[in-house]
Amino acid sequence: MIGIVNYGAGNIFSLTAALQRVGIPYGMIDKLDDFEHYDRVIIPGVGHAGAAMQKLEETGFVQRIVSLKKPVLGICVGMQLLTSFSEEGNAELLNIVPLKTLHFDKHMGKKIPHMGWNSISPKRDCPLFEHIADNSYFYFVHSYFIEADEEYTSASCTYDVVFSAAIQKENFYGVQFHPEKSGKVGEQILLNFSRL
Amino acid sequence: MLAKRIIPCLDVKDGRTVKGVNFVDLRDAGDPVELAWQYSQQGADELVFLDITATHEKRKTTIELVKAVARQVNIPFTIGGGINELKDAEVLLHAGADKISINSAAVRNPKLIDELARSFGRQFVVVAVDTRAVDGKNFVYLRGGRDKTEIQTEDWVKEAEQRGAGEILLTSMDHDGTKNGFDNMFLKKINESIHIPLIASGGAGQQQHFVDVFQQTNVDAALAASVFHYGEILIPELKETLRTNGIVVR
Repeated sequence: MIGIVNYGAGNIFSLTAALQRVGIPYGMIDKLDDFEHYDRVIIPGVGHAGAAMQKLEETGFVQRIVSLKKPVLGICVGMQLLTSFSEEGNAELLNIVPLKTLHFDKHMGKKIPHMGWNSISPKRDCPLFEHIADNSYFYFVHSYFIEADEEYTSASCTYDVVFSAAIQKENFYGVQFHPEKSGKVGEQILLNFSRL
Repeated sequence: MLAKRIIPCLDVKDGRTVKGVNFVDLRDAGDPVELAWQYSQQGADELVFLDITATHEKRKTTIELVKAVARQVNIPFTIGGGINELKDAEVLLHAGADKISINSAAVRNPKLIDELARSFGRQFVVVAVDTRAVDGKNFVYLRGGRDKTEIQTEDWVKEAEQRGAGEILLTSMDHDGTKNGFDNMFLKKINESIHIPLIASGGAGQQQHFVDVFQQTNVDAALAASVFHYGEILIPELKETLRTNGIVVR
């Protein structure tokens, strides 16, 4: 069963609705003990990365999350929290994946936020992208992006710059797009995560 | 590449769609949730619901609608109509709305844009603008194009962006309902003056109009209502036409 880290960063109605649609059981992680009850964990997140990190610190979950050995999936800002640093609020983050979260604005001339459906190129061997065709479209809404990296980027996307649509380090996975809003392929990602 | 978005718009009153729809395979053509689900299956990229309910029960029926859509539909959607304060937006966020759209409330109280963007992030805030040309200048109109303001549309759109709008939905009232095509000249001008996504609205009658608006203005998305509801344009065919014309779609 999937546990959703409930730390007050944004709306999780759409995520729980998507899990229900595809028949994946889930529950909420409201306190430290709750981590025991689940065999995998989702860190959701919408809004400001610095503010989200602050909220996560207030829960007292940080040490537990960093030391988790079960599969963890960060979504959108929840993915950015896995990195070491964000230009959004110049915030120090969980530093699970040694990458930085940068602002589009300083690096390009396109419209911000990067909003809408964009195609991604997954790495062949990432189990999160099983049954997902190359160049599948996913729904993105974000103004900050995680830099592309040879080692940790598991799917890349291009919006003037090439950035990480997804990252992976050991049991930690992150997706910048919203699987809960990305039609059938998004639901497939959630199913894949539930079967890792 | 980032795809151009096709967005059907549904008018809803008392929890039911207002304008007629004639999809053959709908069990209940007045059910906005079923219609939304159909559109998502056809390949719509996003949906906009405009709630024109005017009763005291409005808030409750709107929340129920938003929850039902969020439960059943796997693409993003925006809800607009009657959002006047932060609290209105907050309950819709928690009911599962991806974005809210504000129109006259933002004109009356522009600070509402700042407050919404600060509280929920600018990606949540769509500012809808109804515009009409008078003697060569475009002015912002309220109440569905009935009430003229003295605000020039170009100025208002830029102000909305500065205040924190994440997206602009621009409806040309001169083109709306004509089925003669989008207001491409004006859309192009507005699109070049802002740095946030722009949704074109008003005037879609044929597939070619969508090709024109994307090729001539480079807007991010195009919205229409009746041509989709009456099945005059089918989304899978429209997307094929756009693709044939070199426009990137999902």
